[in-house]
Amino acid sequence: MFEAIAFYLFAALTIGMFTITVMTSQALYALTAMAAGMIFISAFFFMLGADFLGVVQIIVYTGAVMALYAFGMMFFDTTRTLVEKRENPRIIFLLGVIAATLVVFIMISPIISSNIEAHYPIDATVGNSQAIGYVLFTKYLVPFEVAAVMLLVAMVAGIVLAGKKMDKSLTLMAEEEIALMSATQTKPHDEEGAH
Amino acid sequence: MEITLAHYLVLSGVLFSIGLIGVMRRKNLLMLFFATEILLNSANIGFAAISHFHNDLTGQMFAFFIIAIAASEVAVGLGLLIVWYKRTGKIDLDIMTSMRG
Amino acid sequence: MEIYLYIALFAPLAGSLFSALFGASPKTSITGIVNSGLLFISFVSSSILLNYVMAGHTVHVEMMTWIAAGDLYIPFGFVVDQVSVVMMMVVSIVSTIVHIYSIGYMDHDKGFNRFFSYLSAFVFSMMVLVMSDNFLGLFIGWEGVGLCSWLLIGFWYHKESATWAANEAFIMNRIADLAMLIGIFIIYWNIGSLQYDVVFADIANLPMPIITWIGIFLFIGAMGKSAQFPLHTWLADAMEGPTPVSALIHAATMVTAGVYLVVRANPIYDLIPEVGTVIASLGAFVAMFAASMALVNRDMKRIIAYSTLSQLGYMFVAAGLGAYWVALFHLMAHAFFKALLFLGAGNVMHAMHDELDPFKMGGLKKPMKWTWILMTLASVALAGIYPLAGFFSKDLILEVAFVEQHYILYSVLLVTAGLTAFYSFRLVALIFHGDERHLEHGIHPHEAYNFMLYAMAPLGVLAVIAGMVFKTPYYEMVTQLLPAIEYHIHNHTTFWIMTIGTQLFVIAAIAYAYKKYAKAVKVDPKVESGFLYQLLYNQYYIPKLYDELFSKPYRELSKIAWKQIDLKIVDATVDGIANVIYRTGEKTHTMQNGNLSSMLRWMVIGLVVLLVLAIAFTVGYNAVTMRAM
Repeated sequence: MFEAIAFYLFAALTIGMFTITVMTSQALYALTAMAAGMIFISAFFFMLGADFLGVVQIIVYTGAVMALYAFGMMFFDTTRTLVEKRENPRIIFLLGVIAATLVVFIMISPIISSNIEAHYPIDATVGNSQAIGYVLFTKYLVPFEVAAVMLLVAMVAGIVLAGKKMDKSLTLMAEEEIALMSATQTKPHDEEGAH
Repeated sequence: MEITLAHYLVLSGVLFSIGLIGVMRRKNLLMLFFATEILLNSANIGFAAISHFHNDLTGQMFAFFIIAIAASEVAVGLGLLIVWYKRTGKIDLDIMTSMRG
Repeated sequence: MEIYLYIALFAPLAGSLFSALFGASPKTSITGIVNSGLLFISFVSSSILLNYVMAGHTVHVEMMTWIAAGDLYIPFGFVVDQVSVVMMMVVSIVSTIVHIYSIGYMDHDKGFNRFFSYLSAFVFSMMVLVMSDNFLGLFIGWEGVGLCSWLLIGFWYHKESATWAANEAFIMNRIADLAMLIGIFIIYWNIGSLQYDVVFADIANLPMPIITWIGIFLFIGAMGKSAQFPLHTWLADAMEGPTPVSALIHAATMVTAGVYLVVRANPIYDLIPEVGTVIASLGAFVAMFAASMALVNRDMKRIIAYSTLSQLGYMFVAAGLGAYWVALFHLMAHAFFKALLFLGAGNVMHAMHDELDPFKMGGLKKPMKWTWILMTLASVALAGIYPLAGFFSKDLILEVAFVEQHYILYSVLLVTAGLTAFYSFRLVALIFHGDERHLEHGIHPHEAYNFMLYAMAPLGVLAVIAGMVFKTPYYEMVTQLLPAIEYHIHNHTTFWIMTIGTQLFVIAAIAYAYKKYAKAVKVDPKVESGFLYQLLYNQYYIPKLYDELFSKPYRELSKIAWKQIDLKIVDATVDGIANVIYRTGEKTHTMQNGNLSSMLRWMVIGLVVLLVLAIAFTVGYNAVTMRAM
């Protein structure tokens, strides 16, 4: 009973938050609703016994990703109202509803949710975090390492892309070149205007 | 009243559709990223639910990797967005027409 | 001895390839000389082989495996025996002479080198045909001569009539070749081999109807190549080709391939005398039929072509009646004097600037003395006057018909002999005697090059002596392989009456021809407009009949197929598919507007479609498995 109440409550909250994220014309609202929705989703993880996942969800999404978006928004100056051109909103909603109906139909059809065998059963004697640790560092070690490398690559890419002139090495440059570079860096908008 | 796997899956589907609507509706690239985050999270709920109801950790593993991918995507995507913004001063999807056939 | 076999066979091929190297370049006389030399080498090798075979040996080589698949084993095997050596001699002699002659005849032609390449290729094909030791090798040679004949008839391809004639010859031969191929298939199906020796050893064990069918199909093949009725029209039209081609292919060699086939397959035809009788009857009919057309024709080369047709009829009479050696003998003698006749006609054509109507000639005997002598000689030989070649071979066929008690055939052939003499000398008289009608057309004839006449001389000699000198040794040699039946009329009185009667009849025909045409040509309009004349002049309306019966319906059918089926169905389908795709592209290229937002929308539409398909598949799959359970 408690579980049902919790489920429906969080479901309503999540759907509401995400709807706001999608529909609002205020970027700040969207961001805030998004962050709230992420936290509500972690509630489902806790309800499902995936404690570690819930924690990760809060830390990574609400902590890191949302912070990143917040910085991005500051950069883009999206505090003012978004002006977006709308084309055929009806078609968009129609497609969304059809897709939802189909996905729901597929999800609740018995053929999907039956006949599944557990490859890595959850051991009831150990906690969730411990069990995940076992599986992650045995069966999924290689994907885990690959994911780590991918994150590293993403980090480098993010720095190179966002950072100014990070693809140039200062130690290899002559004094004049560095001076020239710092001179242009002080007034970036002049340079951008050239494009 | 029992909450079954189907409940979670339906929720996952609904959230996915909301994400889809967002993807189609948004013209602002940053908002588009938000919509993709919704899509990824809806999938995560589905994985976690299946993991729980079938007593198998594989679903949670996938959810982890999805979170990792989402984090990378945000990093790279924001980086690209910044470059684009620096070049054009706008992050509107409608002006990106270099792939016009 | 094998080396001579290979030389005889491959020397013409070497010549052909050599000339082909210069095929596209302007005239280089070296090709003519080299080819003639190689042909002469082939002739010498054939002579050596003849000498060897005369001594009672045969040469049989298996050069290499050709087809070996499962039970089917066909080697490239060649045999030189008593029959094929005769053919080899005929082919190599005539072709050598024709090659040398062509150097002069084609002197001013742009396609000089090309001509020699084709001509030698033809000789090679003919050699393969006669020397092969199995039916399939014979068929290869058979098709080879067909191809070369097509190339040579259509040699002046810029003339529409030439290409038409070439195609006609080729297509008619295809019809017959199909029958021949069926015959070969039946042989293989029932015997399991195509080697002559194996087939002929086993043929008697087959049931009668199968042998009959084999005989009929092979003969239909022979009919095409030897231009027997009803596949005869191509031969007269084939005169569009250069005259040496007519001499070589359409008189001496290729058209005799059919006779050779029947002679070669004599163990088969021996078993089915009924078919033989049909062959003989058809031969006699063609002999008379062709001779009657030659009576009124106004085209020098066509007259000689009909004469060839008629003589082939004679050969088939002999072959059909089982006198294979007689058929082969007449083939040989005929090759000599017919080639001579054609080459002489070539000289006349050259002198008359390609004029073919003998009514526009006359009195050529003065400027072209040697041609006149040679052509008269050939005509006498053709008419069968003692002691020239024709007397020994042609009268022998008459005797065969008499001895075999086919009196109808005999009388038909006898009448034909008279007709032959008449039209031959009608031609000679019109060309060489009488007024010089050509002067009206401003033509001043001149004799051909000397070396051309020298080249023709051996044929003249052979036309004279072939019968008298060769008959006995030939008979002794050939009957080692062919059934040795002597055809003698035992009653001496009958024999003499027949021989002298025939001679007198022929001489009377010659005299009549001279009387009618040698002095002044009186054209009687009443006769010319008469039904019989028109019938003969229009070749019994057979070409017209074929045109009405086959060509026109076929053309109509093609038109229907073109306009109704091809344009309206096939083309329309293809165009329709293209249009649909094109229009789809027109309509949907707006999709590619480069707008990422609309692309995302399309992506979602794709997702929805895939989901629908997934559901539909699952539902359908479940329904099927439910029913199965």
